[in-house]
Amino acid sequence: MKAAAFEYVRAESVTDAIAALATGGSQVLAGGQSLVPLLNMRLARPSLLVDINALDELAYVRRDGEHVEIGALTRQRAVETSEVVRRDVPLLAQALRHVGHVATRNRGTLGGSLAHADPAAELPAVAVALDAEILVRGPGGERVIGAREFFEGPFRTVLTPGELLTAVRFPVRRAECAIEELSRRSKDLALVAVFVTVEQADGRCARARIAVAGAGPTPIRAVAAEELLHGRILDDAVLAEAAQEIAAATDPPSDLHAPAAYRREMAAVLGRRALTKAVR
Amino acid sequence: MKVTLTVNGQPCSADCEPRRTLADFLRHDLGFTGVHVGCEHGVCGACTITLDGATARACCLLAVQAEGADVTTVEGLATGGELHPLQEAFREHHGLQCGFCTPGVLATAAELLATNPDPSEAEVREALAGHLCRCTGYQFIVDAVRAAAVKPA
Repeated sequence: MKAAAFEYVRAESVTDAIAALATGGSQVLAGGQSLVPLLNMRLARPSLLVDINALDELAYVRRDGEHVEIGALTRQRAVETSEVVRRDVPLLAQALRHVGHVATRNRGTLGGSLAHADPAAELPAVAVALDAEILVRGPGGERVIGAREFFEGPFRTVLTPGELLTAVRFPVRRAECAIEELSRRSKDLALVAVFVTVEQADGRCARARIAVAGAGPTPIRAVAAEELLHGRILDDAVLAEAAQEIAAATDPPSDLHAPAAYRREMAAVLGRRALTKAVR
Repeated sequence: MKVTLTVNGQPCSADCEPRRTLADFLRHDLGFTGVHVGCEHGVCGACTITLDGATARACCLLAVQAEGADVTTVEGLATGGELHPLQEAFREHHGLQCGFCTPGVLATAAELLATNPDPSEAEVREALAGHLCRCTGYQFIVDAVRAAAVKPA
């Protein structure tokens, strides 16, 4: 398990990186926690790696009005331990505890996880659950992409050649939240994971946000389940109904780890547990 | 490409291809064979080292990315012939076992105790979950880490 040969360039600026990425066959190297294993197994064969680890200007967490903006190169461990993130985007802080181990979170980046677009990964699902905005810079300038439009399929995003993911903007969401995940090994990618936030007012659900990882080609937003909960008193019967809607929103794959029907059933089980936890 | 870095306090330098992992660079080019290579995709934790003060999988980094970095391998844990308190505890509690996964486990345990000086058994187990021990004898390792936690460093 050794990587095939490639050219390597250490970008000194964002402009530098974008110029280098215009080369065919190039790929961004951020934390490398997904990419280097793929290189080692020769599942990825880029001709050029553009290393952005020197771009300190892409590593920050800052509160900006009703958003928390996080630079793409911010290490996952730094996001997880940020007081701002813990207070203002608690779902993100909680999700990070499921993302690999400390040693991988020390290196892995927020932007890298989103750009890698693994449908079983936690961070893309959190971005979809919270309607994060993804900031991208390329040869044509800057653009902002909603998380739900960003993911196209397994390991596929709408990023075009030469574009670099530079930051992610999360709306401040201090709502009650919960995550339930089933994985084969501790901290592994999800077989199925459900991410929920619930805001309540006068004993009723004012707003729920629900996303599922590992149960479709991209992270899935369970819109019908959210609508079902809206305005309702969140008793066990309502949560059970919502859990069925969460399962119905999924489009799970079958592979050697689990058949689709099992994943769909687990989406309901985990969805109900997560909702129950979030509403106490 | 030439890579220059500090390993266990000593400046080191060697040439390597960009595809060389930091684990292979430390072992083969610099001779720090305490860096053990297991799965080569970040799962087993055997190659865990400390890079600029935080643990990292040496198999999931390229050597060229470590240019200018400060690395500690298991060879750098003892000081002046004195074992690190974790190494002492591993010896006393038979946490070493076959020794293959030990260098990585020691790096993780040292980072855990630096951030959490008195971890619960559950916290030790969560930290160790990033290491696959094929002796399967996790209990002695947990005992050793907890024993080291109550010792003055």
